[in-house]
Amino acid sequence: MENVSIDQSIDARGSACPGPLMELIRAVKSSKVGTVIEVLSSERGSINDVPSWLDKVGQMLIGIEEVTSHWRIVVKKVK
Amino acid sequence: MAKKIVIVGGGTGGTIVANLLARNLRSQISGGKIVIDMITDKPYHIYQPGLLYVVFDRMQPEDIVRNQRGLVDPLVNVLIDSVLNIDRDNKKITTETGHNFNYDYLVIATGSRTVPELIPGLAEGAHTFYTLDEAKKLRDSLARFEGGKVVISVGVPHKCPVAPLEMTFMLYDYFRQKGILNKTEIYYTYPINRVHALEPVSNWAVQEFERKSIKYETFFNMERVDPDKKVVYSMEDTQVDYDLLIAIPPHKGSQVIETSGIGKDGWVPTDKVNLNNDKYEDVFVVGDTTNIPISKAGSTAHFESEVIAEIITSRISTGFSLRQYNGKVLCFIESGFDAASYIWFDYNTPPKPTAPSKMLHWMKLTYNQLYWSTVKGSL
Repeated sequence: MENVSIDQSIDARGSACPGPLMELIRAVKSSKVGTVIEVLSSERGSINDVPSWLDKVGQMLIGIEEVTSHWRIVVKKVK
Repeated sequence: MAKKIVIVGGGTGGTIVANLLARNLRSQISGGKIVIDMITDKPYHIYQPGLLYVVFDRMQPEDIVRNQRGLVDPLVNVLIDSVLNIDRDNKKITTETGHNFNYDYLVIATGSRTVPELIPGLAEGAHTFYTLDEAKKLRDSLARFEGGKVVISVGVPHKCPVAPLEMTFMLYDYFRQKGILNKTEIYYTYPINRVHALEPVSNWAVQEFERKSIKYETFFNMERVDPDKKVVYSMEDTQVDYDLLIAIPPHKGSQVIETSGIGKDGWVPTDKVNLNNDKYEDVFVVGDTTNIPISKAGSTAHFESEVIAEIITSRISTGFSLRQYNGKVLCFIESGFDAASYIWFDYNTPPKPTAPSKMLHWMKLTYNQLYWSTVKGSL
């Protein structure tokens, strides 16, 4: 994922409410097709919640990586 | 030359910052060394959580509205006008009526607004409760409602994350008291895979839903509404029919933030602890206006306001400030007409909802009155 160019970054670390997935949904809705969005989350649940939602709405998960005390989830809006 | 502080916006955050600064800097303002100007586009101020009570005829519209000038310290100049442009590089504000303001410190408190037009059919097909007119319209519809399927559908992003749950629980009590619960179905939809963003709140709410036979669907993001067929369609390819739709529309920030090139969708990029905008150390952002990923709620604006007022005061007197915002938020959650829970959390502390009680409900009702002291900077 190091070579992926990020268009928008959401630092949702420490964000209890509305939380990383809600922030991602907001970003996906307001972005153009082709936008690559990175979400930084300190919630372990995000590594399951985000892929589940992407699967339901047909958007692309580029990858997930654990970085020290948080997770970096990279997503592409494809439709 | 007097130092100039300009506050754009007269909602909860803008008003508290103005009043705290007036209190902290009283002698310098009186001595002509500091000038504080507030520019707000509304001559009145609404206690927004009160709209929920207006819907159920438990507060009257006049209970939740005050004259803006009457809430602001007389040492603050208040101009009722719309801001057309914010020029951060030249430290200049331009208003619709042609006024220009230069500033040494700027506080952006332009808030958020609902944008139902982002979802086709929503404005025509749904009730909301985010303005006084909308709340009264919903109140009138509920008075005529004699049973059927009521859908509460939540959009992204939205302010006051607990309001949809409060609305749902209060609807339940209203239908029960009216004696039409047996011919009414309450159906709640939420954008993510639980019924509230906060897992502990969601776990509590699901138990309440099940106890009250309130149905719910998760991973439901409104895509369009057909007002003729009375159906809501989701991005996730599901659909829900309704007799009465109560929607929490998506929100955006103020248009002036976009037209001034400050932030996408009207949200201002904000440092989560110092509360300033990007590289602009003299531009502060408060309340719903920030892009900080925390609750857009009155209590957030309140706690941020205290920090911003202290930072500006210290910067003026000593040239620096040690004060930072720790992400503190505190919300009451009405769980019906006679009980409430509450939560607080910050960047390092997760929320733990307390068991609903009458005492907390009474505290919430008391706060509905105390708000006017809060916004004056007295609490």
